[in-house]
Amino acid sequence: MIDLRINTDLARTILTGFLRSEITRMGFSHAVLGLSGGVDSALACYLAAEALGSEHVLAVLMPYKTSSPGAQEHAQMVVEAAGVQSLTVPITDMVDPLFQRFPDANAIRRGNVMARARMIVLYDQSEAFHGLVVGTGNKTEILLGYTTLYGDSACALNPVGDLYKTQVRQLAQEIGVPEVILNKPPTADLWQGQTDEGELGFTYEEVDKLLYLLVDQRFTPEECQEAGFSKELVLNVVERVRRNQFKRTLPPIAKLSNRTVGYDFLYLRDWGS
Amino acid sequence: MQLSIALAQISTRLGDVQANLEKHLSLAQEAHAAGADLIVFPELSLTGYVLQDLTPVVARQPTADDLDFRHLLNASQKIDLVVGFVEEDRRHRFYTAAAYLSLGEVVHVHHKVYLPTYGLFDEGRFFAWGDAVRAFDTRFGRVGILICEDFWHASPPYLLWLDGADLFLFTSASPGRGLRNEPHLDSARWVEHINQAYASLFTSFVAHTNRVGFEDGLNFWGGSTVFDPDGELLVKGPYHQESLAYASLDLNQLHRTRTRLPLLRDERTALMMRELGRILGEPSRGDR
Repeated sequence: MIDLRINTDLARTILTGFLRSEITRMGFSHAVLGLSGGVDSALACYLAAEALGSEHVLAVLMPYKTSSPGAQEHAQMVVEAAGVQSLTVPITDMVDPLFQRFPDANAIRRGNVMARARMIVLYDQSEAFHGLVVGTGNKTEILLGYTTLYGDSACALNPVGDLYKTQVRQLAQEIGVPEVILNKPPTADLWQGQTDEGELGFTYEEVDKLLYLLVDQRFTPEECQEAGFSKELVLNVVERVRRNQFKRTLPPIAKLSNRTVGYDFLYLRDWGS
Repeated sequence: MQLSIALAQISTRLGDVQANLEKHLSLAQEAHAAGADLIVFPELSLTGYVLQDLTPVVARQPTADDLDFRHLLNASQKIDLVVGFVEEDRRHRFYTAAAYLSLGEVVHVHHKVYLPTYGLFDEGRFFAWGDAVRAFDTRFGRVGILICEDFWHASPPYLLWLDGADLFLFTSASPGRGLRNEPHLDSARWVEHINQAYASLFTSFVAHTNRVGFEDGLNFWGGSTVFDPDGELLVKGPYHQESLAYASLDLNQLHRTRTRLPLLRDERTALMMRELGRILGEPSRGDR
């Protein structure tokens, strides 16, 4: 039936090769990434360390005052296990003045501000450490748009963005990410008690299979229902994927000339390298 | 008669012909020193693959008047070469091309006939479609060249077979895709299956060079192969690593295999033509 398992050796070869190639051809030898204590960033950290050498990777821990202490312990476990360099930059002093200016800001606004503050820290460290920012967003959250634009989605390159969450777990387990990180409920940790699955209203296990049919296998929504998914879930997910397309594209530029960036000025980023 | 062939599964720099040319020359020298008679580079080996708007910038004409080709033609005094490049014709159409160079001459140029323009591919947007499938004579017998999507279709290898090719030289820049819980990517498994099938069905040698490396997020998987007329694997390059894979082809195997299995002798080409004419002449059935 729906089998999301992957050949982890092959995935590891391709993803470490990708990181090595796409970082070095841009003239860099180092990488910077944010470590949350969760499985996605843990996996990205292990892969970057394997690709570049652990001393060439800077993991940045960026807790807010309400962040769960467990998450920081888990991030620290990853730092030690992967042997990478690390830095802790709390974001509390960055974001609290804005929160004080807008005390009524809801959880979404606050969460977005925190995600974007972390982006600022990472890109600042990118310059200081002369390393490219490695993204940690997986295929499930990219498709669902469960991400903050210009926040956690901001990166120079992303090794794990074509792996569904359950595939991230499989590869992370194989590569040696500690069990405690693999087994805890995924959370953006933007407010206390938040969990991805609680907020989304479905489990990764379930939605990954549905996305696989919709996206990879090009099933119609009706065919997904025939395959056993509830109408409510299918319609919810289809609409989420559509509504969040804007997070997956560059902003459209209004075309006026004969040659316009984004339409007919076509070069890969690897142009000339 | 033995033919020692080297499959150069290289990574390329995108749009940097000079750097890629230097790699060609150094590997040709290395393969010659190792005793190879022929070195086969992958699709678009002088330019890189996802060229898009770089296409007209990297285009060449495969003659001694072109400085880059002059170097390659010089190298071909010592070892035959198949190189991948963009050809610009006199009317300024751009083709995905592969040239066979030998003893200072351009023996043959193949223009890619099938340009994949679907899924992740956009070749038809930038390239003109080749319009010929021709075998040609070399000092090792009659040879045919096809480029990637050309041999995903069954008809070009079949035409080369009837045109006398006993050695098929296939080149690719095949993006790896289809990761499952299997030893190989779907794309690698497919290509290996069909190449082994062509060698068996046409009782011929099939050599395939596929590039490695990355372009943005695309990986190229390598795994170059040579199959003999019995469909036996003679050599296989590693996946995802640059390498020169060598194989020694005993061309007398053609005699032995075709004695045992006279598929070429028995091929009913007149029947094929008659039925094809009938099929194409009839109003389409079942297509709508």
